[in-house]
Amino acid sequence: MVASSDRRPVVVVDNVHVEYKVLATGKKATAANTKQSIFSRRRTMQTVHALKGVSFTAYENDSIGIIGSNGSGKSTLMRAITGLTPVSKGNIWASSRPSMLGVGAALIKDLSGSRNVILGGLALGFTKAEIEGLYDDIVDFAGIRKFIDMPMRTYSSGMTARLKFAIATIRDHEILIVDEALAVGDRAFRTRSENRIREIRDNAGTVFLVSHSMSSIRDTCNRVIWIEKGEMKMDGDPEEVIAAYEASS
Amino acid sequence: MPVDASRLEAQGLSRVGGRPPYFSYMREVFQRRDFIVSLARYRIEAENQRNRLGVGWVLLKPILNALVFGLVFGILMKSHADTPFFIEFLLIGVFLFEFFSGSLGAGSKSITSNSALVQSLSFPRMSLPISVVTQKFFQLVPTMALLIIALVVMGHRPQLEWLLLIPLLALFYVFCLGMVLIVARLTVHVRDLANLIPFLTRFVFYTTGIFFSFDVRFADHPELLEIVQYQPVYAILSLGRSILLNSDPLYTMDPTLWWITGAWSIGLLVIGSVFFWRAEERYGRVF
Repeated sequence: MVASSDRRPVVVVDNVHVEYKVLATGKKATAANTKQSIFSRRRTMQTVHALKGVSFTAYENDSIGIIGSNGSGKSTLMRAITGLTPVSKGNIWASSRPSMLGVGAALIKDLSGSRNVILGGLALGFTKAEIEGLYDDIVDFAGIRKFIDMPMRTYSSGMTARLKFAIATIRDHEILIVDEALAVGDRAFRTRSENRIREIRDNAGTVFLVSHSMSSIRDTCNRVIWIEKGEMKMDGDPEEVIAAYEASS
Repeated sequence: MPVDASRLEAQGLSRVGGRPPYFSYMREVFQRRDFIVSLARYRIEAENQRNRLGVGWVLLKPILNALVFGLVFGILMKSHADTPFFIEFLLIGVFLFEFFSGSLGAGSKSITSNSALVQSLSFPRMSLPISVVTQKFFQLVPTMALLIIALVVMGHRPQLEWLLLIPLLALFYVFCLGMVLIVARLTVHVRDLANLIPFLTRFVFYTTGIFFSFDVRFADHPELLEIVQYQPVYAILSLGRSILLNSDPLYTMDPTLWWITGAWSIGLLVIGSVFFWRAEERYGRVF
């Protein structure tokens, strides 16, 4: 553990289990039964044990990389920390409500980028005057001034991710979770956002970075957690953990 | 290493997934009023920006609606036999009901259809249903202006009493908000509910007396008239008609309807806001 006990803990994850109950169609789609009507498919309740007892403590000024293969439970862990996914066993404590940036849909896709900037800022609790003052910074950071008046449904996934990142990071978050959101950005944006993450970390914030890009993690993180099949495999110095991870795959 | 909960709380950490106490939650919602109003305004713009007539549809929709109902119930079915001022009666009913059905329809999906917003930013989720009702209210205001113009054109003299429409619309807003807060949460638990809402509003539509007058149709069943006035949408519509059409004795204002409307609105707002708040931590869930 890199952690030393005199630093203030920001997120404490204590023996967390997450189980999903998902309705799944019971049969495989083989040639014989693809012709069946959708009504006759049996639906069964399946339990997915996504996290099996993960524990760690994150301290202020930590920036923690989360690595692991697809489906290992990284995003589930992050969603549990934000409170979006309930834990079925164990507990999570946090010093403030974490914000999570993930890839995915635009905030409100029918509105232009500039409307989304204003709404996002207002939703985060800024006043109208404050958000107008910050507007240019956000747009420049995202680097999409040319397209700012077009509806967000016309944006590429990279542009959407850039704008969302720019909006969410105007507030000095205590805890920020970035889930693959940088992966879709181009190189210039990645450098800019990695700088921003370091800045947040230096302002007593804590950043979790979920990524498959080991170079991103090496550049921004001072600690790496490796999750595999819902269990914590390793937790420690980036070089060591990444070397072990790369050796295993 | 066992975790000592009390020590963590002393260091300023709290359990993830808890919700703030009711009154501080409501204060947070109130602080987001700029967000609520802007979201409502931008939504109206966005809904219409792909249409050539743009925001003109805010007025065109209720007019076309009224034309269809006027044609069907006024001319084809002659349901207006003994109803004085039938056209005005119909217009008031259709325009006001549009606010109710629109709020309920869009409001029930206010959380489920905004999952991207809910999952990426943290803000009190109650802002979303409030914003939907506010949006529908902004769309109601120009139709009310249109209604007033229509009434004047049809020969009704504007009166000071028409100003009572303002408190009535305020109560109507509160009433719809209370309803929407309840259905917005229920839809999160059971998605199927969104499919039932159109039937619910249609049922209310046919049983409220939009295109026929309860007082005329059931004049010989006073006990039924006694019961129906406790139906909130009926009470609101009746008040609207009494305010605007008071020159005919059929539309004499019954003051108890104000009490009924007020009780429903305030009651639903209190119940709805508590009910919605109690599931605050659930709304971002993916599963």
